[in-house]
Amino acid sequence: MKRRTMIKTVAAATLAGVLMAGGAYAQEVIKLGASAPKSGPLAGGAEVSHWPAIKLWLHDVNARGGIDVGGKKMPVEVIEYDDRTSGEEAIKNIQRLATVDKVDFLVAPYATGLNLATAPLIAKYGYPQLAATAVTDGVDEFAKRWPNSFWLLGTSASFAESVADVLVKLRDKGAIGDKVAVVNVADAFGIELMNAGKPAMEAAGFEIVYETSYPLGQQDFAPIISAAQAAEPDAFVAFSYPGDTFGLSAQAKIANLDVGAFYVGVATAFPAYLGANGAAAEGVLGAGAVNPDAPGMAEWRARHKDVTGVDADYWASAMTYSSLQILEQAINKVGSLDKAAVTEAIKGGTFDTVLGEMTLDGNVNRKFWTVGQWQGGKFYGVASTGIGGEAEPVAKNGWE
Amino acid sequence: MSVIISGLLLGGTYALIAVGLTMQYGVSRIMNLANGENLVFACFVAFWLFTTFAINPILGIVLIVPLAFVLNWLIYTYAMRPLVDRAKNRGQLEVDSILATFGLLFILQGIMKLTFGGGYFNYNFLAVPVTIMGSNYGLNRIVAFIAAAVIAGALYLFLNHTRYGTAIRAVAVDPVSAGLVAIDVPRASAFAFALGGALTAASGALLSTFYTFNADMGIIFTMKALIIVIMGGVGDVRGAVLAALLLGLAETAVATFIDPGLTIAATYALFMLVLLFRPQGIFGKRPS
Repeated sequence: MKRRTMIKTVAAATLAGVLMAGGAYAQEVIKLGASAPKSGPLAGGAEVSHWPAIKLWLHDVNARGGIDVGGKKMPVEVIEYDDRTSGEEAIKNIQRLATVDKVDFLVAPYATGLNLATAPLIAKYGYPQLAATAVTDGVDEFAKRWPNSFWLLGTSASFAESVADVLVKLRDKGAIGDKVAVVNVADAFGIELMNAGKPAMEAAGFEIVYETSYPLGQQDFAPIISAAQAAEPDAFVAFSYPGDTFGLSAQAKIANLDVGAFYVGVATAFPAYLGANGAAAEGVLGAGAVNPDAPGMAEWRARHKDVTGVDADYWASAMTYSSLQILEQAINKVGSLDKAAVTEAIKGGTFDTVLGEMTLDGNVNRKFWTVGQWQGGKFYGVASTGIGGEAEPVAKNGWE
Repeated sequence: MSVIISGLLLGGTYALIAVGLTMQYGVSRIMNLANGENLVFACFVAFWLFTTFAINPILGIVLIVPLAFVLNWLIYTYAMRPLVDRAKNRGQLEVDSILATFGLLFILQGIMKLTFGGGYFNYNFLAVPVTIMGSNYGLNRIVAFIAAAVIAGALYLFLNHTRYGTAIRAVAVDPVSAGLVAIDVPRASAFAFALGGALTAASGALLSTFYTFNADMGIIFTMKALIIVIMGGVGDVRGAVLAALLLGLAETAVATFIDPGLTIAATYALFMLVLLFRPQGIFGKRPS
């Protein structure tokens, strides 16, 4: 009996060994795991900025024959899971990707909350986490806590302070006066930006004439816009999420909110914003940006449309794509699929991305776009943390 | 003044969301959790008609309503009727229908996601300002309000002043006794369910002219509709409309005078008050 058990064990072990060894030798493709919202409140954003960018990169890299790993071209395949915009679901997905699917690398999840929720687990499994869609003030703290995590899109403080800078520029031009109405969505991003933005505007000599917050998922913005209108502001600033960005803009147009500067948050850079607002989008300021006239950007956007069937946004789409370019170049440099080595390579390196040259200083991208503006049907970066090539902000001139 | 007008306009929207469910829950006794998905589905169809064929959403309703009617009739006949037949009492039917429509919710959501993806959609239709007493309001909201008034009025007339409407009310009050007076209860129930679905779809088409929607938003509408239906008294169109207007006014007043963050709290406070003091709803009759 005993002996039989032992034989079985040995046989199983041998078989397992053969299978595992066989697996390692037979690896021809690089498996990439992706967990992000395909449903739930953030699916709308992920369908614009996250999934199509992955699809385009996958198309591009496989068209080249795959990633060059130590002289051997290895095609990439992506395993996609829906996290239903839930942190718990995202954690389960990462767990599954790491232990069941045994992916070689991960695409970082979508948005700040989901990246933070999964960071400890991703750190445990040692994957590099290139968070391309997280905006938070905790970047340095998080980079220290999870040395495998990289934060590319910027900090709330810079986003909010840049709004104040743009308003100052517009005030210097005589487009607006000192009175500002500020509203925010009562959720992580909106609150962080409000906390940083309000003092920055006050320090720049602006007077906050109306201030309020509203819950996530609000659909009726008539009371907010009319209350703001009653305060007769020169500028209107909303640290908003996609749904509210559209709602506030539509209401401002209907109420003919007469301001020289109109800023709304996430999703202003979405092509759908231009689609929904048409000519009224002209002069609207919003969170994040790219330089659409930068070398290669127009060509990249055209390819994005060609391959994925949808337009790239003017903000995080390119960053998500860049994060994958960084991963590819790091794998390239290391010449193996060793996660720790690739993570180290990302730390020290300078990378050539669709957004230009990118260096991660202390795991954080320090040069990013903060404010953009619709000008002539394109969303131009008007403020950044030192990228260069910013367009001049212009006054908002009515809603027609 | 602008608070009252904005509040009424919002209330009109809510009334649209809720009348369909009033019919489905009040008459057919189906607590349709997929109500919101039905509405969002109509939003998508209206969007698709408008963007692909340039069919104006108001005209689109003419196409959407019969389609929704047939679809809901089929859903009732094939998915709900077996539950109705096997339910021993009303409580059991409620539990079963909640579970069944919960499944329906995911099916509809899945179809929408498969066809349109998870992104945000909206389009511009009648988004032009109309000035009433010095303040601007969106024409699309006013159109929706008028449509809500017309729909609720027509429904009220139909239920209270026609023979078949009376039969439907009889089924709402007591399906067993209704059967005794030669009312075809299964058919009346199916009709009410289909009519409710068609009304919900009509409101979806109207709402799509000023809401930003995506495939996941149904639940928001279902929640609002549930609160309104229960506040108004189950199966009572007048009650649902009144509750919807009250809710719209309360939310707008709270958003303007106190804080927009408290609108949801105001909704539930109002809901609790009604549940505490008139659990049968504003116009509901005490169960005998």
